This record gives sequence, C-alpha cells and structure tokens, in this order.
Amino acid sequence: MARPTTEPVAVRLLLIAAALAFLALFLVMPLAIVFQQALEKGLSAYVAAIREPDALSALRLTLLTAAIAVPANLLFGLAASWAIARFDFPGRSFLLTLIDLPFAISPVISGVVFILLFGRQGWLGPWLDAHDVKVVFAVPGIVLATVFVTFPFVARELIPVMQAQGRDEEEAAVVLGASGWQIFWRVTLPNVKWGLLYGVILCNARAMGEFGAVSVVSGHIRGLTNTLPLHVEILYNEYQFQAAFAVASLLALLAIVTLVAKSVVEWREGAIGREAVEGPEPPPASFERVESGA
Amino acid sequence: MMHFQKRHSVLPGFGLTLGFSLFYLCLVVLIPLAALALKAASYGWGAWWNATTAPRVLASYRLTFGASLAAALVNAVFGLVVAWVLVRYRFPGRRIVDALVDLPFALPTAVAGIALTSLYAETGWLGRPLATLGLKVAFTPIGVGVALVFIGLPFVVRTLQPVLEALDPEVEEAAASLGASRLEAVRRVVLPAIAPAWLTGVALAFARALGEYGSVVFISGNMPMKTEIAPLVIMTKLEQYDYAGATAIAVTLLVASFLLLGAINLLQAWSARRGAVE
Repeated sequence: MARPTTEPVAVRLLLIAAALAFLALFLVMPLAIVFQQALEKGLSAYVAAIREPDALSALRLTLLTAAIAVPANLLFGLAASWAIARFDFPGRSFLLTLIDLPFAISPVISGVVFILLFGRQGWLGPWLDAHDVKVVFAVPGIVLATVFVTFPFVARELIPVMQAQGRDEEEAAVVLGASGWQIFWRVTLPNVKWGLLYGVILCNARAMGEFGAVSVVSGHIRGLTNTLPLHVEILYNEYQFQAAFAVASLLALLAIVTLVAKSVVEWREGAIGREAVEGPEPPPASFERVESGA
Repeated sequence: MMHFQKRHSVLPGFGLTLGFSLFYLCLVVLIPLAALALKAASYGWGAWWNATTAPRVLASYRLTFGASLAAALVNAVFGLVVAWVLVRYRFPGRRIVDALVDLPFALPTAVAGIALTSLYAETGWLGRPLATLGLKVAFTPIGVGVALVFIGLPFVVRTLQPVLEALDPEVEEAAASLGASRLEAVRRVVLPAIAPAWLTGVALAFARALGEYGSVVFISGNMPMKTEIAPLVIMTKLEQYDYAGATAIAVTLLVASFLLLGAINLLQAWSARRGAVE
C-alpha cells in the first residue's frame, strides 16, 4: 500500500497561502508603507526632506559611525577567527560565548553601560569632566555604543566558515615556505571572502540602523549628535510624517541592499560549496520528492 | 600553553591574534559590562528591590514578558509554516520570499516602528478596517505584540530551515510504507525530529523580544502602567537622572536574558545530540 510522502495539493496550497499572507502582512506591508508615505507629497517634497541640513548632518554622522565601527570589528573578527579556528587552546568555547554577549543584551542596556562608565555619575565621569572630554551625549559615545552592539557580527560569520575550511591549505603553504602574511592574503582570504563579506554587510546594516543604544548615549542634539534613525524619531515625534518616512526610506533602501547582497553572497557560497562536494550544479535536492508526490 | 599550541599547529600568529582579540574584547565588552555590575553592586540590594518592585516597573515587566511570550507563540506557529513552505515546496518567487524573511534583521528598528505604527493607527491601511471591527492595535498592548512578532519571525524560520533541510526523506518514506497517513508521519516523525530546533528558535525570538526597544516605542504609545515596556522605563529613569533605578531594571532584564541564553545553549546541545543520533 503506497502512502503519500507529501501533503495533498489542497493542503500544500493552503499552507503556501497562509505563509505568504502572514509575510505580506508582517513584512511586505511595513516596507511598502515606508515608501508610500515618503512619496505621498511628491518627489520634490521627498528630495527636500532628504536635503534638509539636519538630515544631511545625520547622514554624515551615520556614515562616520559605520566607517569607524565596521573596520574596527572587521579587524577583531579576522584576529578572533584566526585564533579560534586555526589553533586549539583551553577556553576556546568560553571565548566564543563571550564574543556572543552583546547579542544577548538589550540595546537600551548597551547604552546604559556606557552612561555608567562615562556619564557624569559614572566611574570615569569626574575625571572626564575635569579634563573637559565629552564622551556621552557626544560623538565618541555614539561610536562606542555602535562598536559594542555590532561587536560579534564579523567574528560570528567568519569563525564557522574558517572552521569548515580546515587548516590543511594553510599548513601546506607553511611547508612550502610562505610567510604569515602571504598565507593570509593568498590562501585564507580568498577562501573565506564571501563569509567575510556577509559578516561585514550585516555589521554595517546594524551599525547604520542602531537605534536603542545610540538613543541612550546621544543626547539628541540636532545637527550634532543625531544619527539617521534618531533623526527619523525626532521628525516623527514632531508630526512631520512625510519627512520622517523620507529619511526612513534611505534606511529601508539600505535594508533592501543588505538583503540582496546577502542573497548574492549565499548563492556564491552555495555554488562554491556544491562544486567542491559534488561537482557543478546538481538539481535541487528536494525537487524529485516534491514532484513525485503530486 | 604555548607548548600545547605548538604541538597542534604549525601556523604562525597565534599570540598576536589571540592577544589582540582578548584585548579588544576586554576594552569593548568586558570592561563596560563590569562597570555595570560594579555600579549595580554599589547601589546595593535595597535600591534594587525598591526600583524593581515599584508598581510602574512591575507593570512594565508584565507587559514586556507577556507580549514577548505571546509574540513568540505566534511566531512558533507561523514561523514553522513559513519554514516548512520554503523548504518543502517550490513556487514562483520562493527565493525572493526566502530573502525577505531576513528583513527584520536588516531594517533598522526605528523604521520598522514608525511603519508599523502608520499601518495600525486608526487611519492606517490595517488600522481602519480593524477599527470598524472594534479592534484597536496601535497604542495598545496588542500593538506591542505586533511589533515583537515582526522582530522575532526570522529567529524561528532561520533556526528551523536547516533542520528541515537536513531531515532524511527516507524516514518519512519508511513511515509511509509502514502505513502511516501523512498527518501521522508529520506528527510522529517530523515534529519530534525538529522539536529541539523549534524550541530554540522560539526561545531566541522570546529573548530578542525582551530587550526590544526601537520597533516598540512608536506603536506602544508609552502610557505608564498600560503600554510601557521595561526598556522604556530604563530610558525614562535615565532622563530623570535616576541612575540607580535604571541600573536596577537593567540588571534584572540582563539576568533574565542571560538565564534564557543559558537555556538556549542547553537546547542547542540537545538539538546537536539529536542530530548526531538520527
């Protein structure tokens, strides 16, 4: 007696419809309304909202923050993944847990941490006051909070990729007389470039979009300590909805670019992985099963 | 330790990379967190107890934990359906839908917050029809739940997808050839196999929801005792320069997320063992 190994067509269609309806409601509509509201008053109002001086200075601060946070965490990610994926040492898995810590912490609390360190009532507050250095409610605080919340991204993507790659190729390079830098540039980097790029993309998206942590340490000074997400909040709370959505649409575009880049990277990674394991371009594994059940 | 390392690897750069990693980890993460712990300790138990048991704070905990749990349960159901459909069925646009699932990871939370608020406000695309049905979403606890569903969805889908993909079709074929109906096969073969990953995904969504701020503050309306989430109370206390109160609530939330993280790690270990056996 042959029993089916997939669901009847009606059930399948129903499940697909349910999934698509849920995603349309929770993902597509929020994305669509950003652009609809941004363009509600026409293109010229849209451009005006983005070219407004406070919006431009918020954009500059956002770019500056990402330009510091992403390379810093990239450097850390490379160093940490080399140490963790290429060497055995006691405490390795504990180190991995510590690297994950910022993911487990609420963005608001990440901000509080820096207030307690550098704020007026914080540990270093009196000393900073005496030397007239401003960290919190100024640009350094925003950068620090962003570095903190984006800390694990590159390392988290890179470590599993480097572990999967194994150390054979690098060891062969050592035997052939390559120096450390030569191994890194000629062997390791070409092997892990897609995973690395993916980590950088995610890190950058979070760095530019971070709201909670930055909101705590920013002080919300227009034109000085506002990043793009904070500028969106101010405009929205002032009932300038169209302008708020216009600025928000820049961040939504960034999100779309991030998703596209991520898909491309995954596709490239998948293609390389498939070629390595099974030769070029096999048909999708589940294709046969889906067909046979129809 | 150096000796230990030399035995296992001929590669250079161990001291440099581990040294830099530890230095950077301490500077960026551990020292700031230690500052929080020390500050909390310096305020003492009394301050912590007073701050955490104030009625307004207790109400915010109830909302934060309640809405996070409700959202995690909604995602448990729909996350499974979405993951199942994406892994098992082929339909036009599947790859785009698959990419879209990560939107909550990529879209800045503030943008999600104002978008959801506009959708569900009484004049919005969804708020207007819902209002005629007598259901108010924006500026109520339901709105908080909606934002947390948005934030948590990818955790459930992305945790389930690889496990569903790795599931050996032969097990289901065996169940079918032994006379199990499709429903029985799914219930008694597929669901037990994916249960650890499912629970992990739901727990991750719950943990993320506990600390969520940006997507919630706009849609919640922030009425004390009614729609004020715990992270927002921290924010308010900071603005009033009540650092002791803010620290107390922060520590409570932090301990809750660390406990949850510990539980999730155990779940994942269970999940990995399960995968190894089957």
